[in-house]
Amino acid sequence: MCLGIPGEVVTLDADRPGMATVDVGGARRQVNVMLIEEDGVGPGDWVLIHVGFALAKIDEEEARLTLSHLEEMGQAYRDELQAIAASRID
Amino acid sequence: MSPEGMRFVDEYRDREKAQALAANIATLVEPGRRYGLMEICGGHTHTIYKHGIEDYLPEEVQLVHGPGCPVCVIPMGRVDDAIWIAEQDGVIMTSFGDLLRVPGARGSFLDAKARGADIQMVYSPLDSLRIARQNPGRRVVFMAIGFETTTPSTAMTVLRAAAEGLENFSVFCNHVTIIPALEAILASPDLHIDGFIGPGHVSTVIGCEPYRFIAEKHGRPFVVAGFEPLDILQAIQMLLLQLRDGRSEVENQYTRVVPWDGNQRALQAIDEVMEPRPTFEWRGLGWIPDSAMRIREKYARFDAERVFDVPATRVADPPACQCGEVLRGTIKPWECEVFGTACTPETPIGTCMVSSEGACAAYYNFGRFTRLRVRQAGSV
Repeated sequence: MCLGIPGEVVTLDADRPGMATVDVGGARRQVNVMLIEEDGVGPGDWVLIHVGFALAKIDEEEARLTLSHLEEMGQAYRDELQAIAASRID
Repeated sequence: MSPEGMRFVDEYRDREKAQALAANIATLVEPGRRYGLMEICGGHTHTIYKHGIEDYLPEEVQLVHGPGCPVCVIPMGRVDDAIWIAEQDGVIMTSFGDLLRVPGARGSFLDAKARGADIQMVYSPLDSLRIARQNPGRRVVFMAIGFETTTPSTAMTVLRAAAEGLENFSVFCNHVTIIPALEAILASPDLHIDGFIGPGHVSTVIGCEPYRFIAEKHGRPFVVAGFEPLDILQAIQMLLLQLRDGRSEVENQYTRVVPWDGNQRALQAIDEVMEPRPTFEWRGLGWIPDSAMRIREKYARFDAERVFDVPATRVADPPACQCGEVLRGTIKPWECEVFGTACTPETPIGTCMVSSEGACAAYYNFGRFTRLRVRQAGSV
């Protein structure tokens, strides 16, 4: 729950304002981006996701750094990825 | 991954860099003076144990593990209340996975599920909203927990439920706020803390300004830090520099992610939906004024405490458990009487052993091996 997970924005969903399709660890997930819209978020941007909401825009290097940190967390990260995989936000 | 990316990641793991920082830290320390530095966030605690940060520090510098693990500070009574709600007719209780094993006086969510309660794990409060839409005949409750990293998500979900006019969705709100907890810690008489390593993700939301009172009123330096081993070593260096120079300021080591002013949209969403409670119980720390959020009257129909006649259970912490002393930094995890014997991650007595970010679980999982591993692997 506390893990901020990086994802790369693929598209902004035209039919659902404030929602984006984001690549998270190779899987495409729906993420709410309303809290960072003022920062001008779009395809190719990296975001830090907390429980389905993007809370900050980050650069690609920071995303890679965070991912390698998460991978080292082992089970806690695997559990979170599993939870994201089961998530069906719409 | 690009070669540049690799270099960047490696930079934050570089043993030589860590040793150079450690050498500089050693020069900043007055021999014989004790420096108690509290890392507030459980994510930092995890990095410290996982990477053996303490092995890079002189004896004089002592890291104290703070209260920033939301799973660790939820009192047993709130878990019991949540289970009571879950056992009401037609209820589907939804919860983050982290909370499923946290024991109340009558067992955990997993125990209640085994007794027949419908308790479902979700990744996001928006998943709970979907479950509510799909089950119009059931009452779906989201067990909301966390500091300011998850509070905006709950607030946004309530706003969405209101916009959709959903009538079978509510939130059992247990969101806590970090500033009053720090004020309570600063007021405790047995405090030996000279500076704070500030939380990274919470500060993404609240920014750095709210910590100013710690620097100005309490004279303690405060450095918001990232989660890499070198981030933490750098934050420690910044704290020791301030202490050497007799300064106490708020500094931001984690500018890569944390804006000084935080995320205003997230703060507005919280303020629209929630208000501070007069007081809230923290496991191990007791009752702290204004330290948690509740749903505003305006959104009462999404507030499980108003929708259900919640019993408001009060349960004392188990006498054998010393989570409170661990959370205040009075003792180290391994100094607790039941650490690693009666209390383990498999059979936790205290919440600090439940969450992987709890100080006890982090030490149990990594701390015992740190020194050996650092010497053998030769990495941070």
